[in-house]
Amino acid sequence: MRLIERFFSVIGANTIDRVWRLGFAARFFLAMLSHSGETFRRPRLLLRELYASGVLSLIIILVSGLFVGLVLGLQGYDTLQRYGSSEALGILVALSLVRELGPVVAALLFASRAGSSMTAEVGLMKATEQLTAMDMMAVNPLARIMAPRFWGGVLSMPLLAALFTAAGIFGGWLIGVIFIGVDEGAFWAQMQANVSFRDDVFNGIIKSAVFGVAVSLIAVFEGFDAVPTAEGVSRAITRTVVTSALAILALDFVLTSFMFRGL
Amino acid sequence: MNRRVMDLWVGVFVVIGFAAVLFLALKVSNFSASSFATTYEITAKFDNIGGLKARGPVKSAGVVVGRVAEIRFDPQTYEANVVLKIDSQYQFPNDTFASILTSGLLGEQYIGLDAGGDERMIPAGGTIAKTQSAIVLEKLISQFLFNKASEGKKDAGAQ
Amino acid sequence: MIELAGIHKTDEILRLMTTPYVEINGLDFAYGDRQILSGIDMQLPKGKLTAIMGGSGCGKTTLLRLIGGQIKPDRGSLKVAGHEVSRFNERELYGMRRRMGMLFQFGALFTDLSVFDNIAFPLREHTRLPESAIRDLVLLKLEAVGLRGAAQLMPAELSGGMARRVALARSVALDPELILFDEPFTGLDPISLSIIATLIRRLTDALGATSVMVTHDVHESLAVVDYVYFMAGGRMVGSGTPAELRVSTDPYVYQFVHAQPDGPVHFHYPADNLDEQLLAGAA
Repeated sequence: MRLIERFFSVIGANTIDRVWRLGFAARFFLAMLSHSGETFRRPRLLLRELYASGVLSLIIILVSGLFVGLVLGLQGYDTLQRYGSSEALGILVALSLVRELGPVVAALLFASRAGSSMTAEVGLMKATEQLTAMDMMAVNPLARIMAPRFWGGVLSMPLLAALFTAAGIFGGWLIGVIFIGVDEGAFWAQMQANVSFRDDVFNGIIKSAVFGVAVSLIAVFEGFDAVPTAEGVSRAITRTVVTSALAILALDFVLTSFMFRGL
Repeated sequence: MNRRVMDLWVGVFVVIGFAAVLFLALKVSNFSASSFATTYEITAKFDNIGGLKARGPVKSAGVVVGRVAEIRFDPQTYEANVVLKIDSQYQFPNDTFASILTSGLLGEQYIGLDAGGDERMIPAGGTIAKTQSAIVLEKLISQFLFNKASEGKKDAGAQ
Repeated sequence: MIELAGIHKTDEILRLMTTPYVEINGLDFAYGDRQILSGIDMQLPKGKLTAIMGGSGCGKTTLLRLIGGQIKPDRGSLKVAGHEVSRFNERELYGMRRRMGMLFQFGALFTDLSVFDNIAFPLREHTRLPESAIRDLVLLKLEAVGLRGAAQLMPAELSGGMARRVALARSVALDPELILFDEPFTGLDPISLSIIATLIRRLTDALGATSVMVTHDVHESLAVVDYVYFMAGGRMVGSGTPAELRVSTDPYVYQFVHAQPDGPVHFHYPADNLDEQLLAGAA
C-alpha cells in the first residue's frame, strides 16, 4: 500500500514540477521578447552573439555537412544503380538534405556546439553572481545578456542549416560526379527539375528557423534556471543538449506532417 | 577578441550563409519568379483519378504549367473534383482536354492538358468540360484476362 | 563622532544629527515556511558606515537583498531615501539602483570584460559621456583603489584581493548615494583585508555615501565602522558603536566580539540527548 502511495506521489510531484517549469519557461520567453528592443538598437550586442553562435559553429557545420553528403552519395548510388537510375542521385541527395537532414542535423550540431556554450555562459554568470550584479547596477540581464544570445542563435540557425545543406550537396556531387562518374548534366538537371523552391527549400528554411528559436530558448533558459553551482551548471548544459535534441526531433515531425501533407 | 576581427568574421559568415541560400534557390531548386507567382484555379471533373495526388504536376506539351491544388469527392455526381492551380502567364482555350497520364509505366501520375481550338479562354474559377479518367492498370489487366477467357470459351464451344 | 562614541546616548545623537537614509521598521521575511527575518528595526544614517554582523545563516545577506529590492518583505516597511522599496515598479526600482552601488561577496566581475571595461560598464550603460570622459573617470576610480596599472588585465588574471578592489571601484563608478557591501572580507589574506577595510572607509567618506556592510569579521569591521547591528537567528540582538560593543556584557555580543565557541549561539546543532541516542543505537 505504501509503495503504491509513493509511486503515485512521485509521479504527481514530477508532473507538477514539469508543468511549473514549462510555465516558468513560457513566462521567461515572454519577458525576454519584451526586453528584446535593446538587442536591435545596439547592433554590437547582437554582433558578438552572431560571432559566438554562428562563426564558431561554422567549422563543425561545414565539415559534418560535407561528410553527410559524401555518405549520402555513396549509399544513394549503391541503391539507385540497382534500378538503373543513378542519374537520380542528385535528387536523392538534394531532397534528403534540403527537407530533413540539413535543418535537423544542423540544429542538433548547433545545440551541442552553440546551445551548450550559451547555457554554460549564462549559467556561470549566474553562479558567480554576475547576473545579480548587473541587475543591481540597474541593467536588466534579460535585455543585456539573454535576449542578444537568443536572437544571435535565432538568426544564425537558418544560415548554418543552409550552409550544411550546401556543403552536403557539394559532398554528394563530389562522390557522384567526380569519383563515380554519374553524368554531371543529369545530376544537376534532375535535381533542379524535382526540387521545388517553394515546397522544399523554403520549407526547410522555415524548419531551421523554428529549430533556431527552440534551441536558443532552451539554451538561455537552462542557463538562467541553472542551480548556481559548478555542478548545477554542468547539469544544465546536459539538459540543454538532451532537451534540444528531443525538441528538434519532435518539432521536425510536427512540421513535416504539416508541410508535406499532400505526399 | 579584437573588435575588427570579430566584425570581419561575422561579415564572412553572413555573406557565405546567404550565398548558400542563393545556391539552394538557383542551382538546387528551380527558383524563379513563378515560385511565388500568382496562379488561377480551374476545376476538372474526372470519373476516376487513379493514383493522382495533390501537388502533382499539371503539364501541357510536357511542360509543367501548374499543380494539382486539391482533390475532392463530389457526393452528388459521384465524381472527383480536381482543382488545378495554373500559372497566370498561361491561358488555355475553353475546349481544352484534360487527361490523367502516367509518366513511364509505373511513374507518378499527372494531368495533361491538350489545348483545343476555341477562341475563348477558360476564366479563373472555370471548369474543364472534356476530361479523360486515369487508366487503372488492374482494370486493364482484368479486362484483358476476361477477354482472353471468353475467347477461350468461344474456341472450346466451336470444337 | 568617535570621541562621542563613549556616551551612552549615541543613538539619539546620531538620529538628531542626520535623518536616516534607509529606514526599516518591523520587517518580516520568509522563504516559504522558513522564517528568515522577524521584526527587524534599523536605521542607516546618511553618510555613515554601518555594519550588520552575525553568524553564518543569520539572515544578514537577505537583509541586504531586501534593501537592494531584489526580494520583497512579507511585512513591515523598508524605506530608502523616504520611498517604500516594495512599492517600486521596475522603472522606479532601476532608478533607485542607479544611485546605489553594491560590492558582491566574490566581486562578481564580468569575466568576459577587462578590468577597464568592467568599471566602464555602469558608466556606458547609464551615461552618455564621450569615451574620453569615461576613460578619465575609470582611470580615476582605478587610481583610488591603487590598480590603475591593471586596467588592461582580465578578471581571471587578478588575485582575490585585486579582484575585490576592482569590484569596489566598479561599485562606486557612478558615485552612489548608498553602497552595499556583501561580505567584503571573505577569503582575503590579512593584508588585502585591511586594504579593503581602509578603502571602504575612505570611499564612504570621499563620496559622502551611506554605506552598509554585512560581515562576520569582527575586528577589521569594528576598526572602521561608525555603528554596528548584531543579528542572530533572524532577529536584531544588539547594536551600538564599536567602543560600546567592545565593553558590552550582552551575552550575544560578548560571544561574537570575543569569538567564544559556545554561548547563546550554541556549538551543538539541536539534537536528542547523546546518551539516549547511543543507547537507542545499541538496543
